[in-house]
Amino acid sequence: MTYITKPINHHPRLETNKLGLTRRDYEGAVSTLCAGCGHDSISAAIVEACFQLSIEAYRVAKLSGIGCSSKAPAYFLNQSHGFNSVHGRMPSIATGAAMANHELLYLGVSGDGDSASIGIGQFIHCARRQLNMTYFVENNGTYGLTKGQFSATNDLESKSKYGDENLFPAIDLPSMAIQLGASFVARSFSGDRDQLVPLIKAAMCHKGFSLLDIISPCVTFNNHNTSTKSYDYIREHNEALSKPDFVPLGKEITTSYEPGESSEVSLHDGSTLSLTKLALDYDPTDKIIAIKNIQESQRDGKVLTGLLYADPSAKDLKEILNITDQPLNTLTQEQLCPGKSALKDINDNLK
Amino acid sequence: MKKIESVNDFVIKFANVNGSGSASANQMFAKGVFRSGIPVSPKNIFPSNIQGLPTWFEVRVNEKGYLGRREGIDISVAMNPQSYGEDIKELRSGGYLIYDSSWKRDFGREDINVLGIPLTELCVNEFSNPKQRLLFKNLGYVGVLASILEMDKDIYITLINEQFKGKEKLIEPNVKALEIGYSYAEENFKGLCDIKVNKSDKTEGLILTSGNDAAGLGCVYGGATFCAWYPITPSTSLAESYSNYSEKLRIEIGTDKNKFAFIQAEDELAAIGMTIGANWNGARGFTATSGPGISLMSEFIGLAYFAEVPSVIFDVQRGGPSTGMPTRTQQSDLLACAYASHGDTKHVLLIPSDPKECFDFSIEAFDLADRLQTPVMVLLDLDLGMNDWSTKEFDWDDSKEYDRGKVLSKEDLDGMEKFGRYLDVDGDGIPYRTYPGTHPDKGAYFTRGTSHDEYARYTEDGDKNAEVLSRLLKKYQTASELVPKPVFNQEESTSSIGIIYFGSTDCSMQETLDQLDEENLNVDAMRLRAFPFNLEVWEFIEDHDLLFIVEQNRDGQMRTLIMAEGGIIPDKLVSILCFDGQPITASYIKNKINAHLSGVPAKIA
Ligand SMILES: Cc1ncc(C[n+]2csc(CCOP(=O)(O)OP(=O)(O)O)c2C)c(N)n1
Ligand code: SF4
Ligand SMILES: [Mg+2]
Repeated sequence: MTYITKPINHHPRLETNKLGLTRRDYEGAVSTLCAGCGHDSISAAIVEACFQLSIEAYRVAKLSGIGCSSKAPAYFLNQSHGFNSVHGRMPSIATGAAMANHELLYLGVSGDGDSASIGIGQFIHCARRQLNMTYFVENNGTYGLTKGQFSATNDLESKSKYGDENLFPAIDLPSMAIQLGASFVARSFSGDRDQLVPLIKAAMCHKGFSLLDIISPCVTFNNHNTSTKSYDYIREHNEALSKPDFVPLGKEITTSYEPGESSEVSLHDGSTLSLTKLALDYDPTDKIIAIKNIQESQRDGKVLTGLLYADPSAKDLKEILNITDQPLNTLTQEQLCPGKSALKDINDNLK
Repeated sequence: MKKIESVNDFVIKFANVNGSGSASANQMFAKGVFRSGIPVSPKNIFPSNIQGLPTWFEVRVNEKGYLGRREGIDISVAMNPQSYGEDIKELRSGGYLIYDSSWKRDFGREDINVLGIPLTELCVNEFSNPKQRLLFKNLGYVGVLASILEMDKDIYITLINEQFKGKEKLIEPNVKALEIGYSYAEENFKGLCDIKVNKSDKTEGLILTSGNDAAGLGCVYGGATFCAWYPITPSTSLAESYSNYSEKLRIEIGTDKNKFAFIQAEDELAAIGMTIGANWNGARGFTATSGPGISLMSEFIGLAYFAEVPSVIFDVQRGGPSTGMPTRTQQSDLLACAYASHGDTKHVLLIPSDPKECFDFSIEAFDLADRLQTPVMVLLDLDLGMNDWSTKEFDWDDSKEYDRGKVLSKEDLDGMEKFGRYLDVDGDGIPYRTYPGTHPDKGAYFTRGTSHDEYARYTEDGDKNAEVLSRLLKKYQTASELVPKPVFNQEESTSSIGIIYFGSTDCSMQETLDQLDEENLNVDAMRLRAFPFNLEVWEFIEDHDLLFIVEQNRDGQMRTLIMAEGGIIPDKLVSILCFDGQPITASYIKNKINAHLSGVPAKIA
């Protein structure tokens, strides 16, 4: 595998965003993942979301662990710094980085092995610390990169490609995140772009820990007909809570809904996520209902997708730790070093 | 009856039950002697336990400034009947035993001077609160010592006033407790003790502090804005020192917000990951840990090495292997640190020998990490980290500027044709880096632990990867020129015998060298302060036919490093090893050297 740069030749009539950029400007290197891999659709959705939000790519940091999913940051946002760290430890890198400079947008990309097994401790603590980041779990129920072992998000009744049965129940990351205090939790499907893109946009605008658990089928190891993370299975069992529509700051909500059918979540930056209810009666700001909905749908053999829970007013880690508004990495020596004069008192106290 | 006679030169040991509040009284005793102008080296010998087990506090008082541990106890303050047996055994002939004679006792030794004071009885009579009755026994024996050593009692009254500043109600009963012991001794022990403390001026320019305290302060001075850590003895107080000093020195005026982030991580893997993340993003960040933490951090340390992310790691070493002796000292993480992580890795180590140097090396560590874009580990040990040392005052030169290393600004990038994160532009093996978010369309790159080329692109081309590995070796060479040079005990080598030592061994070694000098044995000595070894180290080794390497570990880890890195023939390197968890002593070193020179091999401790 070598690095392939994409030729950038702009089509004069390509659509541009507020920054005058086209979608191509948000792309990354050519993907080396298997053709049809769900992870590539997620990368495309990230590109779309960033394009639509006119995000300045260089103000984004893309962080990941190890796995096919964790390679994905190479395939979007070429102008962003990326950090492909070690297996399961992206959250700690993100925590340090975000404390050093809270002004960047942090996108963490992980897999189900990366987050639900080796890195579950870091996942948990990152969520409970309310780190301001968008955390993507590209969930395929398998270890893609090491060739198809079961992961901890694989469902109990599911069988591997080779007929082995999964003996243990699945870890549900969204329920865990809600319990831990994550303030934006959604599940989606790599094959449902209409749902995914607005959710990504809203997650990126949300201040606090945003989890996107995205079912992302592995065509090579977990797309067979006894898998519960295959394209077909998810299409059949997907139960979307709502049809999300992202409304940026200052725009009118134009779509009209029947009363009682839509609700809105106002995000930190002034934009709005408007949700047209499709299935269950739900209130995305109620933790208990959110967890109940997830459990019920699990019991009924459904995969519940959409915005599960949001608390737009939650404090993030920077606020909790009372850190200066000036990013720590820009503080000068003058602002940091107490100098010789302060040492006198310190020395005197130690005599 | 034989009585030890001495002025300003003795060892006193307090035996207590841990959790009984004795620590602060013992500390106060040591500080009182220090304030009398005599250097002290208090050492806390404590169990890995919170309450109920025996604990000791040993103070060496030495006007000449010898601060290493010395065998044999001159005064024993035995407040724990559980450990009487051991405490009596250690007491030198003619020594003094102070004990609570509320329960009388025969200690079965004719050659010691027993000074019994019914502390419990006295405190029960004086105080009504049961907690106070227990607690104030401690200050009671401090009062006894002030009397028999003929110290200025007012020093302790001042210390009590300082300690309870803000809690004034506590001053009076504490002073009373001190007085109880003092007047009892004045009445009953007059002329019984021939050890004295006379006022002196040998602490001028000195402070009394621990390496951890100093290193934490050094991180504040070194510009660290980020610390992530996971509690582990003996490093915990280093992180806490950083936090405490930051709370005082790093609050933004006007907003009261913190110019630092302090995170207790969920484990050491997270602690080092956060540290790397912060440094990657241009903040100076560090973590502090001990041996078990280094083991856990190893995967990440390899990433920081290979992806060339600065990071500062303090390892306050304790007794290993495994959980080992968490509350005892050793220098046994040298190899684990020098070569931490899988694959070919080598790291920069700084090895301070006293708290002042801990302060200086903390600052230096951040400069080196930024300059070299690599992990820098500062190795303390429990003795240096947790015990108070009489050390030189901290000093800071206001004209000093942080060295943030090769970081490209937006302007730099504007003027550049092409940026390659891992290009060796200057030929020193150190490439240029950019912080995320600097420039709209230049300077972005992908940091990764996978094999990469000069442009940080993934590659499976073996030659490219080998090139990167070779460049890292060049950088390592550069590191050897930048790290602190060794300290020599002589201007020029004049002997064929050399001694190599490092870290907290320094205090005992100075005494050993004086003792050898008195015996007219001419030896040269060199204190190592860093790894990789610089040229001066190799020259010293080259210049001597026989070298003693003094270490506080079992395997002669520094000797192994010297052999491995310099291809030095093992025959001329003789190990002197101490690994019982107690700080090494001068006489131990001297005896080993003498034994070897007189034909008895000193290879095995
Ligand atoms: C410490 C460590 N152990 C094991 C591995 C091997 N490994 C690489 S990726 C992976 C699993 C990845 O699974 P997941 O996170 O679900 O990503 P996917 O490939 O499925 O997208 C494993 C076990 C590793 N890189 N590091
Ligand atoms: S192995 Fe699976 S997860 Fe990995 S790239 Fe292929 S399809 Fe995607
Ligand atoms: Mg997976």
